[in-house]
Amino acid sequence: MFADYSTTELMSIFAMQGFAGLSLFSVFVLMAMGLAIIFGQMGVINMAHGEFMILGAYTTYLTANLFENYLPGLFAGYFFVAMLLAFLFSAALGAFVEWAMVRHLYRRPLDTLLATWGLSLIMQQAYRSIFGAREVGVELPQWMMGAFQVTDLVQIPINGLFVMIIALSIALAVYLLMFRSGWGRKVRAVVQNRPMAEAVGINTAGVDRATFALGCGIAGVAGSAFTMIGSTGPSSGQAYIVDTFLVVVFGGAQSLIGTIVSAFTISQSQSTMEFFLSGSMAKVLTLLTVVIILMLRPEGLMALKVRR
Amino acid sequence: MKSQTYRTTSRPRRRLLAGLAALPALMALASPVFSAGPPTAEVNTTGLAVTDDTVQVGILHSITGTMAISEIGSVQAEKLAIKQINESGGVLGRQIEFVQEDGASDWPTFAEKTRKLLRQDNVAAIFGCWTSASRKAVLPVMEQFNGMLYYPTFYEGLEQSPNVIYTGQEATQQILAGIDWAVKEKGAKTFYLLGSDYIWPRTSNKIARKHIEKKGLKVVGEEYYPLGHTQFNSVINKIKLRKPDVIFASVVGGSNVAFYKQMKAAGVDFTKESPLLLTISVTEDEIRGIGGENVEGIYASMKYFQSLENPNNEEFVAAFKEAYGDDMVIGDVTQAAYLGPWLWKMAVEKAGSFDIDKIREASPGIEFKKAPEGYVRIHENHHLWSKTRIGRAQTNGQYEVVYETKELMEPDPFPEGYK
Amino acid sequence: MKNSSPVKWLVSREGLYYLALAVLLVLVLPALLDSFRLNMVGKYLTYAFVAVGLVMCWGKAGILSLGQGVFFGLGGYCMAMFLKLEASTPEATAQQSTPGIPDFMDWNQVTELPWFWEPFHSFSFTLLAVIAVPMILAFIIGVAMFKRRVGGVYFAIITQAIASILTILIIGQQGYTGGVNGITDLQTLLGWNIRTDEAKTTLYFVCVAMLFLCLFVARYVQNSKFGRILVAMRDQENRVRFSGYDVASFKVFIFCLAAAFAGIGGALFTLQVGFMSPSFVGIVPSIEMVVFCALGGRYSLLGGVYGALLVNAAKSGFSESFPELWPYAMGALFIGVVLAFPNGLAGLYQRYVMPLEDRLFKRGKSGDAGNDDAALSGSLGAEKSS
Repeated sequence: MFADYSTTELMSIFAMQGFAGLSLFSVFVLMAMGLAIIFGQMGVINMAHGEFMILGAYTTYLTANLFENYLPGLFAGYFFVAMLLAFLFSAALGAFVEWAMVRHLYRRPLDTLLATWGLSLIMQQAYRSIFGAREVGVELPQWMMGAFQVTDLVQIPINGLFVMIIALSIALAVYLLMFRSGWGRKVRAVVQNRPMAEAVGINTAGVDRATFALGCGIAGVAGSAFTMIGSTGPSSGQAYIVDTFLVVVFGGAQSLIGTIVSAFTISQSQSTMEFFLSGSMAKVLTLLTVVIILMLRPEGLMALKVRR
Repeated sequence: MKSQTYRTTSRPRRRLLAGLAALPALMALASPVFSAGPPTAEVNTTGLAVTDDTVQVGILHSITGTMAISEIGSVQAEKLAIKQINESGGVLGRQIEFVQEDGASDWPTFAEKTRKLLRQDNVAAIFGCWTSASRKAVLPVMEQFNGMLYYPTFYEGLEQSPNVIYTGQEATQQILAGIDWAVKEKGAKTFYLLGSDYIWPRTSNKIARKHIEKKGLKVVGEEYYPLGHTQFNSVINKIKLRKPDVIFASVVGGSNVAFYKQMKAAGVDFTKESPLLLTISVTEDEIRGIGGENVEGIYASMKYFQSLENPNNEEFVAAFKEAYGDDMVIGDVTQAAYLGPWLWKMAVEKAGSFDIDKIREASPGIEFKKAPEGYVRIHENHHLWSKTRIGRAQTNGQYEVVYETKELMEPDPFPEGYK
Repeated sequence: MKNSSPVKWLVSREGLYYLALAVLLVLVLPALLDSFRLNMVGKYLTYAFVAVGLVMCWGKAGILSLGQGVFFGLGGYCMAMFLKLEASTPEATAQQSTPGIPDFMDWNQVTELPWFWEPFHSFSFTLLAVIAVPMILAFIIGVAMFKRRVGGVYFAIITQAIASILTILIIGQQGYTGGVNGITDLQTLLGWNIRTDEAKTTLYFVCVAMLFLCLFVARYVQNSKFGRILVAMRDQENRVRFSGYDVASFKVFIFCLAAAFAGIGGALFTLQVGFMSPSFVGIVPSIEMVVFCALGGRYSLLGGVYGALLVNAAKSGFSESFPELWPYAMGALFIGVVLAFPNGLAGLYQRYVMPLEDRLFKRGKSGDAGNDDAALSGSLGAEKSS
């Protein structure tokens, strides 16, 4: 298929294809980061993860409208406000859900799956009632559209770059929070040995709530970022759920680094396969490969040895 | 929403009327208003829900579930048409009442509700269905109990049921005109076919490929993505590599939004028309979700755009906005759904009867001169003769009509090679 | 719990519950409902097969599968392929460019019947395939996962991914599978028109009979020594393993059994509804099936049946009168079941109704089976929630 092209053309295509892989990677990291915290660290299967993302997306939509109508001068910068709000709203709802529902279910991880699935139904219908069944269009500030012209053929989409930066900053922030802060130490202590953590005086209930809220908040930011590249509708969140869980599980549920490695592996292989095969087949092959590898290596890529 | 209020009012009323019918016929003689139309026994020989002054029809779309997004416009258009028909005197002197059912985006539910509408409610016609899958599920029931379905969506063809009138375009009407236009007006030589992975895009692209290759032109790529797919960067690179003159797109649903946003972000400016994007799936409805700024400059090949300039359409758009609010947009399917009740009314009046068999016989040849799209006529094969237009998307979410076929396109649901 | 003679069993408490269900399904519902509603009940009952399988696999053995839709779908597709071939005689499809193959293949320019369709000309093969195909897939998945001790949440997520893969495959390979529309327009079974009211009523009774067959198989397994081991395995897997049992094989067996039940349910679904489509295979239907089971009571076989019936009836009823409210109700139901009564309806029944029964029995007033419409499995008492 490459016979008709010059070397420069091929090089540029490969460069752009590499970028496509990287931007899929950042999408996966964003999706999976929040879930890796909730599922990996707490063992809660949050089926409403996608809906928390969409909450962030709708927050962004509302903020955009607000700025357009009342602060048109600051429209260029609304996105940062929107992301902050998305984090706050999703985290607040997350904390509430933890209090009302999830904390009763820590001993029954499979039941969290059912309860959060119910929650996702309710949230979807609530979006439908409030925002209508149609997808909404989120308008972006001018500077976020378009692309950097690197060479004649190589164009780097600005919003793709932006998503990438957000993904990396969030990954970094989570890393610092979990591994370089006192709070993170507490979280890890609770994950690894709950009774012992309690015995040394850690408020495990508080840690749980904050962890869950953090995970949901990150989902909100992810949703906010995805308004740039995807659709915002009541059921858009459903599209992400399977991919997200696979990324987390494939990485080894309790390892945040594992999540990043697995996001990288899956995104690169999927985007490469998409380039050579048709889209549907690429998707099937990626999922199938992940499932087969998981069957051979159930603990995932990077397993954390924990005494249970 | 509205559905329940309508239904709860219509049902007791029916019972009331049934009660009234038990009163001596004297009443009817005393007040001639009651019998403005021909007597019921003459116009209804098969036990449909027709009384001396009402007739029941069914509306069957998804109000809940993933398809609700798309089907709501059709429900609104059908209700509007029914209201207008009632205001203009009804059908054979009878006011139309409707029973609305929710298909809930679930195909067996569609089949179930069809059974209910035909057997329990004995409706005289059903306006409904949107996806091919729901129509395929409903079809055997329609044929078994001999109902009449008015189906509004543009679809892949390969079907012709005596119990369905297809008010949207079948694939060839949309595609052949679109490709001819791109070749003739824009000098297109190479095409890239891209669609969501299901029957309509696949069939459409097969028809397109055949047509393109018959002209001696080239298809440089054909690609499908699962429904709901949101990452299109790889295919965008492939498109850049193959440099087609035209991207022929039939991506649907949420994927649409992702696709156009990512195309735009990847530096593809559609207004430069290189490549030119010709879609058969993005109506004004979809643009609302995608954002006008992301699709500016794409072309769509369809039979109707809200911006069509003719007195019928101006009237229709005004009435639609009055009924549902100024911020409403009307897409191709919404207009096609509006045709349904009118075409049924004309068939009933031509036949002088509500009987399904007589309507079927009467339908071919019926002309609707007040159609918002201008003029349509029912073909022998139950599809509509209609013109195909090319529209160019603008930032305000409307299409500007740039081309219109001179003649009505003949519907050809079984194109050569598919029989 | 084992009873020596069937007659004795039938007048035991558990026997009466089964009898009550039989009376409800065979006498009460057919008497009360017209054939249209009865057909709907028949459709709900096909989900009960999946629920019974899930009770065995999730409730008894602690394996939560989020991919039961896959097996339901496979069973359904096997049946649909047979019916479609029967409907696609060369005479009936004479207008096609290749007569004698299903219509959707012709539209996709498939000119020859694919090899894997060929055996479905035979009805006996189809009957075998309805059970065997889901079981073989379940066996492969089960061996691969359980031998490596993948369980719990991981298993649930992997089965979910498999459901997603199968859906994309079916939709993508539309020339061979009918794509997103599924296999439609099925008319006759061995020349017998399955669309008439009489046929639908007959199929309903076939469905009830098959359901009871599955229930008895499940009950037999549950009450055997094997069933005890399953429960032990669910609660303390390692102890069972250390006692010398091959835990993985037990899990594989029970997963295959659940898959077979789901496959039978799927085949009966196709017969009663008249088509099969990928929308019953994917993630959402699979999770809904788990909900039927959870609502009815995950530890109770009869609870699963009632769960499937009630949730679906509520779904139709609710969506007829308040389409917007249905998702809220369904969501609240999930959360409520999990939080407030994790043992489902069966748990509630056991807690509140059974003591009443006990008092009634003690006073010497004989419990009439007809009053036990809401009766649930009595085998529940032996178990506790995990």
